[in-house]
This record gives sequence, C-alpha cells and structure tokens, in this order.
Amino acid sequence: MITELGHFALILAFGVAIFQMVVPLIGAYKRWPGWMAVAEPAAGAQFALTAMAFGALMWAFITSDFSLRLVVLNSHSMKPMLYKISGTWGNHEGSMLLWVLIVSLFGAMAAWFGGNLPQSLRARVLGVQAAIGVAFYGFILFTSNPFLRLATPPFDGQDLNPLLQDPGLAFHPPFLYLGYVGLSMTFSFAVAALIEGRIDAAWGRWVRPWTLAAWIFLTIGIALGSWWAYYELGWGGFWFWDPVENASFMPWLLAVALLHSAIVVEKRESLKSWTILLAILAFGFSLIGTFIVRSGLLTSVHAFANDPERGVFILMIMAFFMGGALVLFAMRASALEAKGVFGIVSRESALLVNNVLLAVACFVVFIGTMWPLLAEMFFDRKLSVGPPFFNAAFTPFMVVLGLVLPIGSALPWKRAQIGRALKPLRYVFVLAIAVGGLAFAMQSGRSLLGPVGLFLGAWIVMGTVVDLLGRTGRGQGRLRRLTRLPRADWGKMLAHAGLGITMAGIAGITAWSVDDIRAVPIGGSVEVGSYTVQLDNVERLQGPNYMATTGYVTLFQNGVEIAQLRPEKRFYPVAEMPTTEAAIDYNLARDVYVVIGDEQDDGGWVVRTYIKPLTNWIWIGCALMALGGLLSLSDRRFRIAAGAAKRPTQVPAE
Amino acid sequence: MRALLIAFMLLVVTPAWAVQPDEILSDPVLEERARDLSKGLRCLVCRNESIDESNASLARDLRILLRERLVAGDSDQEAVDFIVNRYGEYVLLNPPASGSTWLLWAAGPLMLLLAAGLGYGYLRGRSTAPAADQTPLSAEEQARLDDILNK
Repeated sequence: MITELGHFALILAFGVAIFQMVVPLIGAYKRWPGWMAVAEPAAGAQFALTAMAFGALMWAFITSDFSLRLVVLNSHSMKPMLYKISGTWGNHEGSMLLWVLIVSLFGAMAAWFGGNLPQSLRARVLGVQAAIGVAFYGFILFTSNPFLRLATPPFDGQDLNPLLQDPGLAFHPPFLYLGYVGLSMTFSFAVAALIEGRIDAAWGRWVRPWTLAAWIFLTIGIALGSWWAYYELGWGGFWFWDPVENASFMPWLLAVALLHSAIVVEKRESLKSWTILLAILAFGFSLIGTFIVRSGLLTSVHAFANDPERGVFILMIMAFFMGGALVLFAMRASALEAKGVFGIVSRESALLVNNVLLAVACFVVFIGTMWPLLAEMFFDRKLSVGPPFFNAAFTPFMVVLGLVLPIGSALPWKRAQIGRALKPLRYVFVLAIAVGGLAFAMQSGRSLLGPVGLFLGAWIVMGTVVDLLGRTGRGQGRLRRLTRLPRADWGKMLAHAGLGITMAGIAGITAWSVDDIRAVPIGGSVEVGSYTVQLDNVERLQGPNYMATTGYVTLFQNGVEIAQLRPEKRFYPVAEMPTTEAAIDYNLARDVYVVIGDEQDDGGWVVRTYIKPLTNWIWIGCALMALGGLLSLSDRRFRIAAGAAKRPTQVPAE
Repeated sequence: MRALLIAFMLLVVTPAWAVQPDEILSDPVLEERARDLSKGLRCLVCRNESIDESNASLARDLRILLRERLVAGDSDQEAVDFIVNRYGEYVLLNPPASGSTWLLWAAGPLMLLLAAGLGYGYLRGRSTAPAADQTPLSAEEQARLDDILNK
C-alpha cells in the first residue's frame, strides 16, 4: 500500500513539475505576477511529493518488502540496517529517484531562500529547474520505474553488491548527487539570465552560493569515493582515471573554474558570457557523467545499468538541455557586455588564468576519456587510454595552477604591480624551495614528482597564510583584525591550503610508496623498511552475512610494537563474492597497509604490506577544501543576500 | 558506484589478489622492471585495470609471460613489443604518440594555446576599453549640462 502511495506521489510530482515548468515561464514572459508567483508553492509541493515517493521506496527496503522487484534484486533480509537503507540508492532506479529528489530539493530551496531575487528571474529559474525535473521524472516513470511489483515474491532477496556494503560508500552517492544536481541550479540561473537578457553583479552574487554548495558536496563525494577505493579495493590505489571517476572529476574542475569566474562577475562585472558558458557546461558534464554510468557506452567498472534504451533517453535529455542552452547562449551572449576595466596584470587576469588552466585541464580529461571511442569510430583503432596518459597530460596543469595560485591571490583588483605582490612571498618561495630540495636530497634517484609536490604544497599553504596575514594591515591590533576578517577570506585561505595539502599527499603516495608481497608462515614476519609485520595467527570467523578469514598481525617499528592489525578476507555467500578488508595503521606521516591473501600449500599465507607516505594528507586536504567552502558559504554577504528581505532582524551584527 | 572489480569478481569465486608471491622473480632488478612495465599493460578481460593490479587469471598469465621475456634477456621495449604483437595496441594503457594518437597528445597543449590566445585577447580588450562610467553623455544630458553651466 505504501509502495503504491509512493508510486502515485511520484506521478503527481511529475504533473506538478510540468505545471511548474509551463506556468511561471509564460507568466514571466507576459509579466503576469500571479502566474509567476505559482512557481514557489509548486516547487515546495514537488519536493514534498518526491520526498514521499523516496520515503516509500526506502520503507520497502527497510521492511524488506520482497514483492518489489527492486528490493529483491538489491537487498537481503540478513543485511545490516545501514545497508538496507543505503540499498535504496545503491542501484539504478533508486539512484535516479534520489537524483530527482535532489533536483526538486534544490528547486524548493531556491523558492524558500530566493526572496531577494527579482520576481521574473525567480520564476524563470524555478521554471527551468522544473524542466530538468520533468525530463528525469519521465525517464524514471517510462524506463526505470522503481515501484514495479512481482506477481510471485521470492522468500529472500539477492543481496546488495558486497563491495557497496561499506559505510564510506553508503554516503558516497548522495554527496556526489548533491554535487552533480546542485550544478543544475547554476544551470537554471544561467538559462534564466539568458532568457532575461541581463546579467549583472547581483546575478554573480546569487549564483555563487549555489555553485559553492554544489562544489562542497562534489568535493566530499569524490573524496569519500576515493577513500573508499583506497581501503576497500585491497591495494591502496586512490584514483584510477576510470571513465566514471573522470565523469565526476570534470564537473568538479568546471565548478572550481565557475566559482572563481563568478567572483569576477560579482566584483567587477566582467567575464560574464564565459561564466554563463561555464555554468551550462558544468551541468552538461554532470549529464555526461550520468550518461556514461548508465549507457554502457564506455566500458567502466562502475557502470550499473547497461541498457541502450536508457542510454538513448539520457542522450536525448542531454541533447535537449545542452543544445537548447547553447543556442540560447549563442543568441544572447553578445548582449552581455563587460563593464570592468583592468590591466593585464591584475586579480581579474589571475582569475582568468585560473579559468584557462582548469578548463583546459578538464578538456584533457574529457578527450582522454572519450578517445578510445573516437579512435574506434574515426580511425578504426582499438586502444586504451589509461592512468599513464592522464598522469602525464593532466599533472602539468595542476603544477602550473599551484605555482600561480599564491601570486594570483595576492594581486589586487584592477591594476597590479607584480613586484609589489611578490614581495611578501619571496621568503615563502625560498622556504618552499628548501622543503622541496630537502625531499629531493633525502630520496635517492626517484622521480621528481615527490619533491615537486612537496614544494607546491609548502608554497601554497605558506602563501595563503602570508596572504591572510597581509590583510590585517600594519601596526597594533593585527590579531584582532585577523579574527574579524570576513569568513569568505578565511574560507579562501582554508580551501587553497587544502589544495596544497592534497597535492603534497598525492605526490607523497605516488612517489614514495613501498610494497612487499610474500608468503609468510604463521608466527613468521616480514621486514619492510623500518617496520616488521608479524603474522601471529589466522582464523576463520562468521560475520552477519559473510564468512571471514581474519589475520592477526602485530606491527613493530624498530622493534617496538605499535599496532595490532586485523586484515580480513570476506566471502559473501548470497552474492557469491569475495572482498578484502585491508587493515591500516593510520598516521600523518604514513599509512601501513596490510592485506591478507590466500593460504599457500605449505601452510603459509600471502601477506601484502604497503607503506604509503602522506596518504592521509589527500583526505585532510579535501576536508579542508570543503570546510573552506562552507565558511565562505556562511559569509555575511550571502546571509544578508539570502535573508535580508524577509528577516532583517535575524542577521547577526559583526 | 565506484565498485571497481565488480565485473570479473562475479566470475572469480576464489579470491586471488594481484601479484602472487610465486610469480616474483628472485632478481630484484628484473622484478622492479617487471612491476614498472606491468603497470602500463592492460588486463584485457578487466575494465581499465593494469595487469599489476588485476587478479584475473589472464592478467596472471601476462605477468608470468612478461617476466619470462625479461628473464630471457629482452629489453623493456622488446618485452612490451612482444606482448603488443600478440594482443594488439589495446593492451597499452599509455597510447604511444604515433599515427592518429598524436592528436590525443597534442589536444591539451593546442587547446591551452588557443585558450591562452583568446584570454590574452580579452585582457588586451579589457585593459584598453573605456571605463563604463566614461561613456559620453547623450544629447539631452549634454544640453541639460550646458544649460546648468551657462546659468
């Protein structure tokens, strides 16, 4: 019964979305206030109905209702509750329902917090957002309905893929979707502004919080996924340049570019048409990501619904929105003329350099991802483009980006003197070179990547700190002024420092990892660097829905015991799948990563030991980036912009 | 979503993880070369994984084959060529910049040149443009101004 209510709510939401798409857009065109005002309650209703549908599906998973086809395919009565809940979105149909839930959530938030937007712009934004919703409601209802029943329900389900039964992965898709779909909001703002034919500083300010929010979620989502891959896949890789990873990385790169170009629109009323184009492309890449995951066009390990019919449907959605938006852009872009005047050396041009680097880096990822397909179509060559290509072709852009970042963010607006901006950075530069040089001296004959990464990390982190201190002026009371700096400044510093830390971490793990693979008898030990890994015992245990082979491992450093590790090998009988659970001794300087393998004929066990330096810096850096975004999002100027029209008394004085 | 390995894990019931101890060569220099080379070779039945990471049996066969070639005295290039001759260039994770593939390698730098050129053109335009508030007065405004000034 609840399932049918959910199904019905979803159909109603489809209807409301059509209404919300048509009426406000006509109203905005004809300047009819009543028709425009309809958008807000419609957005709220659409969200409430979709939430009901999603809740109904989740209920079916929680109660293990095996009369539902989707639950049978992706759940099992023995599964722990957390994974019953996460099973709701751990499949194609459910994840699409989560997708539209987030589309409608962002629409509703724009309706609730968009009180200060001009009425016609708000109506158009909500109308465009509803149009995106309509496309995906149609997709769900016509090709991937999650609410289909089975005539003869089985006794139990077929279980969720065991690799997905992990806390890191349970929350990875929702964050990623919040990011992907959050970019639909900036897309709606861009298209609405093109229809209006007017883009000014205020538009830049309105669109920035939405981009920021989407980017924060995307950052968290990608970091969670990467962390999961690191500890779950059994050999400590954190990034594979897989088509689907690239699909989430491309919108991230463009969202970063968009964040920075929107600042130029907001502060200086320049780069307008480029910003609009970025907003359209960023969402376009989100759609491409959806398409890649669900069409089976590119062979990816992530693909979970390789159905040509669905692929064609998403391709049509993509063609409609990208085609429509780009045609509109071509017609209207010339009307968006820049106002600000600035010199060749200025903050504006530094942000332009940032945008050029990020956009071209995104293009490199795109062409590398699509190349196997293009080469087969046009040159009849069947080839692979793997991590070595991306590492070689993509990394230089990030190195240059890291080099110019502290300089760019120190430049003043309008007209700058490069010498004056560099002056406070010179000590930082020398210090960073020293850090890199030290790393170079300590390693022997390995790649340059490690020292370069550490240099960049030190350069960016110290550069941002100097930049922040520079904002406090001179003389007494600098500390007090430091605490009173706008949160956006703190956010900028944290996010940039986070990038530096992540770069250093990636360089560390890539350049200096050490591994050791060998068979160890019980009671025997392995020496890796200054560490000794001793295999005390191996036991077979029974988990809630799996069988485990657990190794009891003691880790010594220079003869002193530092940790007890429990690497596990699991077998899930329902899905007939094995997984590894690596045991990791975390620490800021390095991770010791131990995996237990097969039993050997002579009674020994395969033990893999990896020493991975600076690994945690990758995720600490990502967390800092997200935190910086959050601080920036809570900056006073956005809070005022969001709430001033309705609740001026609630804005705290600063 | 990031469920790497899923596809063939469904096929492989007993787990077997990547490089096995019995494959490792006793000569550490040769083994190091083999590990480096195998990171650039694709496991053909897997999705986007190198034979160094993969636990499919085909990847194991390729790893052993590669090591046999190295032990027989092949150079790195000869050993890789030997495998490419048998399995096609699909096996290379790093496509060589030959034939049409140079386009792939050149795409990034070319795009960077183009973008840098466009960006520089824009900056030139912006730095020489008249400031927005310096647009000349309209005829009415000028008349009104003259009117005031002449009073």
